[in-house]
Amino acid sequence: MTDIGYVRSDIVDARPAPNRTSGPVAWMRTNLFSTPFDTVLTVLGILFLLWVVPPLYGFFFGNAVGPNGTVEECRMINAGACWAYISSEMEFFIYGFYDIPEQWRPNIVFALGALLLTPLLIPRMPFKRTNIVLFLVIYPILSYFLLAGGVFGLKVIPTEKWGGLLVTLIISVIGITLSFPLGIILALGRQSQMPIIKTVCVGFIELIRAVPLITILFMASIMLPLFMPQGTTVDKFLRALVGVTLFTSAYMAEVVRGGLQAIPRGQYEAAESLGMGYWQRMWFIILPQALKHVIPGIVNSFIALFKDTSLVYIVGMKDLLEAVKTKNDSALEWQSANTATTGYLFAAMVFWVFCFGMSRYSIYMENRLNTGYKR
Amino acid sequence: MSQPSETTVERSINTSHMQISQTDVAIDVINMHKWYGDFHVLRDINLRVMSGERIVIAGPSGSGKSTLIRCVNRLEEHQEGQIIVNGTELTADLKRIDDVRREVGMVFQHFNLFPHLTILQNLTLAPIWVRGTPKAEAEATAMHYLERVKIPEQAHKFPGQLSGGQQQRVAIARSLCMQPKIMLFDEPTSALDPEMVKEVLEVMISLAEEGMTMICVTHEMGFARQVANRVIFMDQGQIIEQNEPEAFFSNPQHERTKLFLSQILH
Amino acid sequence: MTTFDTGQKIAPRASFFNDPVIRGIIYQIVVATLLIGFILWIIGNTAANLAAQNKTTGFDFLWRTAGFDISFSLLPWTRASYYWEAFLVGLLNTLLVAVIGIFFATILGFTIGIARLSSNFIISSLATIYVELIRNIPLLLQLFFWYFAVLKAMPAVRDAIQLPFDTFISQRGIMVPKPLPDEQFVFVWIGLALAIVTVIALRYWAKKRLEATGKRFPVFLTSIVILLGLTSLVYVISGASVSFELPVLERFNFRGGLQLPPEFVALAFGLTIYTASFIAETVRAGILAVNKGQTEAAQSLGLKENDRLRLVIVPQAMRVIVPPLTSQYLNLTKNSSLGAAIGYPELVNVFAGTSLNQTGRAIECIAITMAVYLIFSLLTSAIMNWYNGRVRLVER
Repeated sequence: MTDIGYVRSDIVDARPAPNRTSGPVAWMRTNLFSTPFDTVLTVLGILFLLWVVPPLYGFFFGNAVGPNGTVEECRMINAGACWAYISSEMEFFIYGFYDIPEQWRPNIVFALGALLLTPLLIPRMPFKRTNIVLFLVIYPILSYFLLAGGVFGLKVIPTEKWGGLLVTLIISVIGITLSFPLGIILALGRQSQMPIIKTVCVGFIELIRAVPLITILFMASIMLPLFMPQGTTVDKFLRALVGVTLFTSAYMAEVVRGGLQAIPRGQYEAAESLGMGYWQRMWFIILPQALKHVIPGIVNSFIALFKDTSLVYIVGMKDLLEAVKTKNDSALEWQSANTATTGYLFAAMVFWVFCFGMSRYSIYMENRLNTGYKR
Repeated sequence: MSQPSETTVERSINTSHMQISQTDVAIDVINMHKWYGDFHVLRDINLRVMSGERIVIAGPSGSGKSTLIRCVNRLEEHQEGQIIVNGTELTADLKRIDDVRREVGMVFQHFNLFPHLTILQNLTLAPIWVRGTPKAEAEATAMHYLERVKIPEQAHKFPGQLSGGQQQRVAIARSLCMQPKIMLFDEPTSALDPEMVKEVLEVMISLAEEGMTMICVTHEMGFARQVANRVIFMDQGQIIEQNEPEAFFSNPQHERTKLFLSQILH
Repeated sequence: MTTFDTGQKIAPRASFFNDPVIRGIIYQIVVATLLIGFILWIIGNTAANLAAQNKTTGFDFLWRTAGFDISFSLLPWTRASYYWEAFLVGLLNTLLVAVIGIFFATILGFTIGIARLSSNFIISSLATIYVELIRNIPLLLQLFFWYFAVLKAMPAVRDAIQLPFDTFISQRGIMVPKPLPDEQFVFVWIGLALAIVTVIALRYWAKKRLEATGKRFPVFLTSIVILLGLTSLVYVISGASVSFELPVLERFNFRGGLQLPPEFVALAFGLTIYTASFIAETVRAGILAVNKGQTEAAQSLGLKENDRLRLVIVPQAMRVIVPPLTSQYLNLTKNSSLGAAIGYPELVNVFAGTSLNQTGRAIECIAITMAVYLIFSLLTSAIMNWYNGRVRLVER
């Protein structure tokens, strides 16, 4: 080994990859045709797409009857989706039986909600605390009076008339607003050193999580009136809210507990060493950190809650899904082969847009939090 | 990046077995290039390793040193040039890859022990399923190598119960159980606490003393001085300089080598 | 400086109200009192309400005749059956749809979860679209879709769509041939049992042989040959035969065959599709949780791909997958209660619905129904605790 010493005289500059590692051909080689089995899968996948996509396109667009179409067109033998049905019943799907001249009131509620929610979701926006108080306390109260009426000369509109997307949104927003603090209290109770409080909280959380929401709504619907003093009537809307809130708070408690457990012991000890009382420690030190940790989990519970609102038909509320179902079954003037399908697809699209949007947001927050903790 | 250090092992090293073959080529890398997508990670690599050589590859992080040794047992695929290990050229042919991997052991920075198996099962898994060794024999071999790395008493524990240094020694023993002709070390001590580095280096030195062909990517310059017969310096995906350790450390030629050594040796 | 004397003096007493122990006790007493008061208030109200409505309480109604029809039952059911039988019918129907849903959702979910990780762009995209589409739409909506928009839109019985193997789809659900094994067929079952025992023995032998000599034996292929071969051999030798009672279309309905009612089909299908999307995510997360270094270590030891998966990757992934998978199974069982909304006679529908309405025993019916789900849940978590204790990776 005489030639062991070696010094490079000229540095090799980077040169572009041969076609085999970059460019569309390389992409197809690695992602579509890397092995014979892979090629078979690709071919099967393409065949599947060819089989599925054209009929779907035809149903949704090609042969579909547009929003301005007529029921006769929808009844034609090759007609696709009947979007005309959706556009003609849109008001019912959004507001239910809410009085038509008063629909500006829900509209304001929607707009106000969007206005308050947007800055809340953008992490960089300031005044978070004020915003939260506005959104979680002032907004629901204001919305209630605006929607229900009876003050400032607004016409009274009973909750029986509320319906459609309006109800879906109200129940999910109020459900989350109420179940959030309840969930925090339950989670703190579960972590508590006091045996009675701990037992009560654990029992409640585990019982609620063990049973399906439908049984809790049955209970709210049938047993809540029995529990109240004689002569009290419990509004249907309130029954739905109680059921949904109790249910969600148990799940929320578990999410919050995850956050509490993720806080290092040192934080508890540090707070204690500063001479803070229990509630001070929780409010100023522990909860802000724990809740920030579990924002994705909270959003996920919200998605679940949003989907679960479709069950409030059990107490007789007409949420979006129930509104669509009612029209599908009863709108004789729109009867055609595809009316029901179109109705459900419309509802599915609305739910999907909301849930998918929220799940993207949760992933975005998760990545943000992850980078916050990585060094 | 982990702190490079100068851990040395205070004992004289027995060089009697450290014979380097003049004719027997263990690894031959010829005009090799590799890209990650559009990034040219390895450029014009030429490296011939003779049987019994002990090579240390040094260089700043991101210089492609780990990628190079990962190409040698085809954990990474190269796009141009040739890599010939023990006379077998690495191509996409799975049989050849298996042949090469059976002869080449690899030790990773993060040990990569199988956490669901005991130490003994970690060691016997490959001999039983790859070589078809009877279990009793594989276990005897495993115990032999566990004694070599001085932890036979841990045989029935799980990896999670061992310290980092012990885990890395088990990982070395696991590779040795396949009786490889070549050992590759990919920063074996970078993830270890300082006091554990030494116990791993001891094992590596004893391997060198037995004449094992080794390529080590490491920041342990003390180890390089004591054991290596060649030090290779890589930067920007290419071999910048190579020399015997004495000459390499005392008289670096290339500007980049000088810069690197001045940073790493203070 | 202070001297530290331990135990000699009693620590200076905090003032009565600032002692944390006493405070804790006071808090608890307050909470317990409020809670008990609240419960008593509810009980009082309930009693008053029930009295006002002239309703009685108690579980005696379980031994009264129910007098209603149940459209689908695994047990013999007549209008003269008792309420406790109605409970059993509902419970069995819940279990039936849950077991079938779990079976298919597991297969579909694992397939899609693995497909999401495929290096093939088309396959992984299709799997991603499936997951993102399905899990963001409420299950109830999906059930309505399958039941009202798809199954109810099927042709009427007399125009039923005929599929291969004498299967028909119509508004009334799916009709399949009903297998009628003859008396000799019992031997085939015995043959199958024998084959299973043989396969288990073979696996054991192959493992012992591998350990002793290092020789591998193609267990999987041989097992399939034994299972199919031995069973069909017995079938031929014993002269057993299965005749099929084919569904025959008559004027208004089908005669013969096995009828799967549309409610059952829609519910089982909907639960499978929905839960599979969650199982797929569980599986994907489990596989991703296995460090890439594990594959590399196995590769560098020369293990072939099959062995890498079987010996290194799958055992580790399963530890991560099984706990959330179980809770998905539990969710599926709970979600089967949505069958009530499309008229499938499962527990909630039969017991918390019809029976409750007929007897007026709201508290009893709902309590029993909830207790059933609570027992499911407790059983599952007991099994999970046992499993987790068994497979937990030992840490320092």
